[in-house]
Amino acid sequence: MHNYFQKEMETMPVEQIKALQSEKLVKLVKRVYDNVEYYRNLMDEKGVKPEDIKGVEDLHKLPFLSKADLREAYPFGLLATDLKDCVRIHSTSGTTGKRVVAFYTQNDIDVWDDCTARAIVAAGGSNEDIVQVCYGFGLFTGGAGLNGGSHKVGSLTLPMSSGNTDRQIQFMMDLGSTIICCTPSYAAYIGETLKEKGYKPEDNKLKAGIFGAEAWTEEMRRDIEKNLGIKAYDIYGLTEISGPGVSFECEEQTGMHINEDHFIAEIIDPDTGEVLPEGSKGELVFTSLDKEAFPLIRYRTRDICVLSRKKCSCGRTFIKMSKPMGRSDDMMIIKGVNVFPSQIEAVLLNEGYAPNYQIVVDRVNNSDTLDVYVEMKETDFSDKVKDMTKKEKQLSAAITAMLGIRPIVHLVAPKSIARSEGKAVRVIDNRKRLGITI
Amino acid sequence: MAIRQLSLFVENKPGSLAGVTDAIADAQIDIRAMSMADTQEFGLIRMIVDDVETAKQKLNDRDLFVKITEVVGVAVSDEPGGLAKAVRIIADAGINMDYMYAFISVSKKNAYVVIRVDDNETAEKLLAENGFKLVTESDISKM
Repeated sequence: MHNYFQKEMETMPVEQIKALQSEKLVKLVKRVYDNVEYYRNLMDEKGVKPEDIKGVEDLHKLPFLSKADLREAYPFGLLATDLKDCVRIHSTSGTTGKRVVAFYTQNDIDVWDDCTARAIVAAGGSNEDIVQVCYGFGLFTGGAGLNGGSHKVGSLTLPMSSGNTDRQIQFMMDLGSTIICCTPSYAAYIGETLKEKGYKPEDNKLKAGIFGAEAWTEEMRRDIEKNLGIKAYDIYGLTEISGPGVSFECEEQTGMHINEDHFIAEIIDPDTGEVLPEGSKGELVFTSLDKEAFPLIRYRTRDICVLSRKKCSCGRTFIKMSKPMGRSDDMMIIKGVNVFPSQIEAVLLNEGYAPNYQIVVDRVNNSDTLDVYVEMKETDFSDKVKDMTKKEKQLSAAITAMLGIRPIVHLVAPKSIARSEGKAVRVIDNRKRLGITI
Repeated sequence: MAIRQLSLFVENKPGSLAGVTDAIADAQIDIRAMSMADTQEFGLIRMIVDDVETAKQKLNDRDLFVKITEVVGVAVSDEPGGLAKAVRIIADAGINMDYMYAFISVSKKNAYVVIRVDDNETAEKLLAENGFKLVTESDISKM
């Protein structure tokens, strides 16, 4: 027996989904062409008129939108409704440049809440559950998104926000939270802290976790599932498109179903922009069909992944996206080799280390250097120098086998790498600081 | 019979050792013997103290992580050739020695060595058979 939040949509036959998407797309393109100067200019530049778009098959004719466009149009340039119809904004962290601000009407919020509600139900949630939301609240979409979905499901919602781990654990134990929503690194940290406090996985009432907003690996999933005694579900989204819940995992845990009644996904070649067939690895591009205030057409996410329409045992017909294998802007080119932090993390977990690491890239004498700092667990270290250097060499060899370039591995003391309870800063690229073109 | 040694992993940077010695000092723990192995990246501090449990707790309280390993402590006569005889016994038995360090006790007027080998039992047995006095933890706390 499978549970759905909106069964009719979630299990709709594919042809019907396409028809629905086509109908919404045609209206959307006409609306933004008429109302948003920025879109009109982009389309005119490409020589596309609204009447050229008759359905999803014409989507490829439309221009792409990138984060640079969003920054250029900041703050109101892409707004497609009157400001008086908007009820909220959310914003990206802005660490890589000017902030991006997204606007929401009440209907936009409702649709978004539906999406996260679907994710909660897919993770086994119902009105009998107690959902602890420890994503940050505020401009960040994580807290608000899962909070809204949990309300829609009718679960008792604990709007904890992130941080204050002792309090998180106290509420979790005292109130008997059954579902936890946070970043995977914070889930791992909570698991670690519970263990330190002497709790066993069976001591908590949690049954599921919904984790997203940062990259994590299958190895990390297994660790979290073991330490918290739960099933860990992935969720994906981005502020520009709405927030978490653009796609979500079902019990099959083989990719995230994209809420196709609201979003169209494409995979493109990041270099040429060419649309690639299903099953190809490439950059994920989204079109939001129902956003009133801030609709995005062919928005390039920079996430590299694969789409699959393979039949899912959960009964949902929505296309599935793989976990992003990296971001085209997270990707580092080191000694000419493409390196994603997630590859290094996978090796660490495979070799039995905790996912507490920092990657430092630099350029010395015109040659790139890669240093990986890895925190040991208390049980990892030895009183013998030869054991320690052997461990470093083994890890270095394992990373070399994965990447094709040799890092210098530094084992460091437990808890010595600064830990952020939100998003972890895992990469320091000193070449950028030096102003070197990579 | 073997005695317990505390070892700590510290980064090779100013203040790392001071963090450890401050913690030990504040806890009023007496260090009987100490050795430090340094590499370019990190240091391994090894200590024999008069109260292993308290020392470990106090170090953990400061987020310093401690490993406890068993090592062999042996008294050697404080004269030329005293150490050589003990080392020769271990070598002839084909036992690999990872490291050793020495200390003297003013009150007992003796020299002692701490030896880290893979096979404590055999090393202790051989040393005892050859007339060496092995050091126990209660000896350490009384020094």
